[in-house]
Amino acid sequence: MSTPRVLAAATAVGLTAVALAGCVPNNPTGARLAVAITDDTCVVSEATAAAGNITFSIANTGTDVNEFEIFAEDQLRIVGEKENVTPGQTIDYVVQLQPGTYYTACKFQQIGSPIGVAAFTVTGEAVTVAADEQAQIDLAVANYIAYIKSQTEELLPAVEAFAADYAAGNDDAARDAFALVRSYYERIEPTAEAFGDLDPKIDYREVDAVAEGLDWTGFHRIEKDLWVPAEGDLNSDGEDAWLDWEPSTPAQRQAFADGLVADVQELYDLVHAADFSVGIADISNGAIGLLDEVSAGKITGEEDWWSHTDLADFAANVDGAWVAFGVVKDIAASKGEEGAALVADIESEFEALRALLATYGNFETGFTAYDQVTNTERQWLSDGVNALAEPLSQLTHTVLGIAE
Amino acid sequence: MTEEPEEPSADAVPERDGISRRGLLGLFGAGAAGLAIGGGAGAGIALAAGAATASAAGGRSGTTYPFYGEHQAGVLTPVQDRLHFAAYDLAANATRDDLIELLRDWTVAAAEMTAGRPIGEGALGALNRPPDDTGEALDLPASGLTITIGFGPSLFDHPERGDRFGIRTRQPALLRPLPRFAGDALDPARSGGDLCIQACADDPQVAVHAIRDLSRIAFGRAPLRWSQLGFGRTSSTSTSQVTARNLMGFKDGTRNLKSEDPSTAADVWVEGGDDPGARWLAGGSYLVARRIRMLIESWDRAQLGEQETIIGRDKGEGAPLSGGTEFTDPDFEEVAANGAPVIAADAHIRLAAPEQNAGAAMLRRGYNYVDGNDALGRLDAGLFFIAFQRSPDQFIRVQRSLAADLLNEYIKHVGSGIWAVPPGASEGGYLGETLFA
Repeated sequence: MSTPRVLAAATAVGLTAVALAGCVPNNPTGARLAVAITDDTCVVSEATAAAGNITFSIANTGTDVNEFEIFAEDQLRIVGEKENVTPGQTIDYVVQLQPGTYYTACKFQQIGSPIGVAAFTVTGEAVTVAADEQAQIDLAVANYIAYIKSQTEELLPAVEAFAADYAAGNDDAARDAFALVRSYYERIEPTAEAFGDLDPKIDYREVDAVAEGLDWTGFHRIEKDLWVPAEGDLNSDGEDAWLDWEPSTPAQRQAFADGLVADVQELYDLVHAADFSVGIADISNGAIGLLDEVSAGKITGEEDWWSHTDLADFAANVDGAWVAFGVVKDIAASKGEEGAALVADIESEFEALRALLATYGNFETGFTAYDQVTNTERQWLSDGVNALAEPLSQLTHTVLGIAE
Repeated sequence: MTEEPEEPSADAVPERDGISRRGLLGLFGAGAAGLAIGGGAGAGIALAAGAATASAAGGRSGTTYPFYGEHQAGVLTPVQDRLHFAAYDLAANATRDDLIELLRDWTVAAAEMTAGRPIGEGALGALNRPPDDTGEALDLPASGLTITIGFGPSLFDHPERGDRFGIRTRQPALLRPLPRFAGDALDPARSGGDLCIQACADDPQVAVHAIRDLSRIAFGRAPLRWSQLGFGRTSSTSTSQVTARNLMGFKDGTRNLKSEDPSTAADVWVEGGDDPGARWLAGGSYLVARRIRMLIESWDRAQLGEQETIIGRDKGEGAPLSGGTEFTDPDFEEVAANGAPVIAADAHIRLAAPEQNAGAAMLRRGYNYVDGNDALGRLDAGLFFIAFQRSPDQFIRVQRSLAADLLNEYIKHVGSGIWAVPPGASEGGYLGETLFA
């Protein structure tokens, strides 16, 4: 929890724009499609296009700023986005897409869940990518930053609603939302951890806060109010759950709710700041860090000790690692036979682990409570994490391409 | 570590001779393959037993045993002081190719480690990736390390998954789960396994390093099922070794088979004609392991005379109660003045003796273990019994005789496993190759 894997460097300026421009040739010759945006619709004129440079002519006839996003097949990784499309504006956006399935969507006011999600198929032969590695790196960084921002854009309103329910005593609603709200955070946890004191305030478990002498706030403080331990229950460190703790008063609830919203708002602001950037190694290290999170906390059930929603965190961490891997995998795959084989190994282990997780549920309908997962099943999950983490631990070295 | 092994040319070494990329993901190029071949050079095909060479460092800890040979090392090898034993299950999605690749990877790594060298590109190197070798054996000599691999019945015919690897027809007829024995209290979590590895060394860290790195190589293909540390040998397999004591305080394995005895081979190694359906096992053996918990708190309250009666030997010298010294053959016929046999009818050494079991004898390589304590504050201690034999019937016969053992009041079998130990590998080959030929 304490090692920042992703550093928020304060050096790059306007990197996103530069990076996206870097992969686009001066004279695009591919398909040209129209994107009609209103406040609650997002319609692309064609659902398919040939691989290559595709021009989206984006027109916003709505009442406020919007953004256009193109997701990979996993609906997590962003492969292209055009932000800040203002009302009345029409603007061309060019992106190079390889054959495959994608999803297009818009985001009204650039926050919240994607609107008008629609499948978009790219057909034909794969196009040759620029051999310029710097361009590849710039694109990967831009896509990763876009992803981090998109997760915080979903996180913030979800936390606001969750915190309001908690403060108002709508405990059923808050309990129902808990796992899903956290998933937006768990997918980008290494980024949040890089901002020093934010992760402790948002996501510290009671035992860690007590051990470090910190005020205990955030998700897990709220969790314990929502799933009140019985008399005699023990915390994960074996201490009496009621030692130095009692259910929050309405005023305390309001304070914890406001604190969580403020901290998440700060995270949102930090990743949306003009000088926010990440290094390419930070991305691959972030993937490894997310798997470490799983093997350290989630696999044991210590993370969500009272709600037992560990599997949702587990799946979100794996999602985050998958996205981080996804944005750098082309670079890794370009590093000779070893690089290509490493990418193939990682992909197949990801698929196996995600398939195994899917047998326990999903974010829409929820996951099996972790106290219902037997030790044998936990070992299967742990085996899957180990199988993935070993090849993944070589990713940074391969991406940076010291040896070839 | 300052002394790196010599790097032979990494060029033009076929990839299949090295640890696969999947086994050692950081391995760019084929340096490890060169090392493996270089390391074995000069050892040739040697009978592993007793063919130790002391390194320049000299002394016992510098001992190395040839890895390649007709038989696997770690069977007739003079039993080392420490053990780490591990059992693995193949992953649900593992294929025949995965299994073969894993055995190749284990073979290459085992050859490195038993020669006292780190695996792959070593424990150091590029700062932005995890090293191939975990590093805790860097400054330690080979310490007589041997690595012995076995195949469990479930590898051939899994209770749920059946014939996963297309080898059911080659399952040795005698390689079946052991029958239930009187008093068994087996924990499935400490029993069985598709594969096993016995790592023995005179330094505990060297043995642990071997299992740890082999487990790491197996992630994704064969996760660890259970493992067991043994901190002190309880057997001697060579006349050059003194007989060690088990946790009951008695010398154990006095009458064990000894590698110097020319007849031992016939009790240990499978012959080509033993099982026409499994000729691949010729030159191999059967390994039976039993985790035998000792209720030592009760034992320690037993009077000395009773302890000696139960075992059938005196505690100090280890001589049979019928007289003589430690290595005097027991006289099971001798009767005391009161008409009772001097060595009790249910004494441990009588029931276990080959004379009482149609000549059945095993090569025992057991170790004392203490795994902390149980919830009642009793030491979780006992004997991790390992025996090699030409046929599992040797163990089964003796274990059935022991149903009446006076010792049973103080012991409990809590873990169990049986594996077929394939013959040794030659350089460039891999352990188990004959099974897939």
